[in-house]
Amino acid sequence: MTGKTINPTRMELTRLKGRLKTAQRGHKLLKDKRDELMKQFMEVVRRNRQLRAKVEQGLKEANAAFTVASAIMGPEMLEQSLLCPRRSVSLEVGSKNIMSVNTPVYTFHTEGGDDSLLPYGFAQTSGELDAALEKMQEVFADMLELAQVEKTMQLLAQDIEKTRRRVNALEYVMIPQTQQNIRYISMKLDENERGNTTRLMKVKDMVLQDAHHYKQ
Amino acid sequence: MYKIAVMGDRDSVLGFRALGLDVFFCDDAETGRKTLHRLAQQEYAVIYITEQLAQNLTAEIARYKDDVMPAVILIPGKGGSLGLAGHALQAAVERAVGADIS
Repeated sequence: MTGKTINPTRMELTRLKGRLKTAQRGHKLLKDKRDELMKQFMEVVRRNRQLRAKVEQGLKEANAAFTVASAIMGPEMLEQSLLCPRRSVSLEVGSKNIMSVNTPVYTFHTEGGDDSLLPYGFAQTSGELDAALEKMQEVFADMLELAQVEKTMQLLAQDIEKTRRRVNALEYVMIPQTQQNIRYISMKLDENERGNTTRLMKVKDMVLQDAHHYKQ
Repeated sequence: MYKIAVMGDRDSVLGFRALGLDVFFCDDAETGRKTLHRLAQQEYAVIYITEQLAQNLTAEIARYKDDVMPAVILIPGKGGSLGLAGHALQAAVERAVGADIS
């Protein structure tokens, strides 16, 4: 028997049976939830891999162009050119519900700089800088989606872990324990029943003997 | 309305300023740590960090992993990718599945 003792009564038996039923239903539901989350998660992971590769490639090219620009123009000049950005980006965060996990959805808005991204004149800057910025601009949309996908992945992973633990706790601890308790109680009740019958038979014998001086 | 931040060494992140993102220069782990916590408390929903900086800030970044805000995302710096992001992905999969499946 596990740890604490339980009352072998019919009421307790009914209660435990109800609990077992609930636990089994909960187990099934959580298992389904886990499987579905897992499916979604795998998709997100796949998307993340793609985006990650794309972003890393894009940034590598941008960085290469940037390094060249820096070498041609000199770091001070470069920084000066980029000192006052023409536009600003603001982010709107929505949320999407995946199996009761709230995941973020990012959409960005830009202000200003619609005609040209470059915050400097062409006279004193090198062409590589233009190329680098253009490349960065290109990769930025992917970067934002990457952020969204990666955060979604982390949140899903967290929730899957939680659900998995619940499923296991129900499957390997809660349900077997309740079943064992139910078995214990019903055996105890049966035993009492048998004890009762024997006692009654014995009493009947005694009463008969008393009344009729009947001897076996 | 939320904002986007980029953290890293000067050469790697300077270009993002032209895109309209908020750029923070962090050359060592100590300033990186402080900046990250400061930004996380402000209205930054996405914080990009170069892998070169992030490799010294793993504990700090892990702290924000389970929060909806902010999303701390690694990007390769000018030195190229260190594969940290790949490891993070692997770790997430491992956490979800409960075993290493690669």
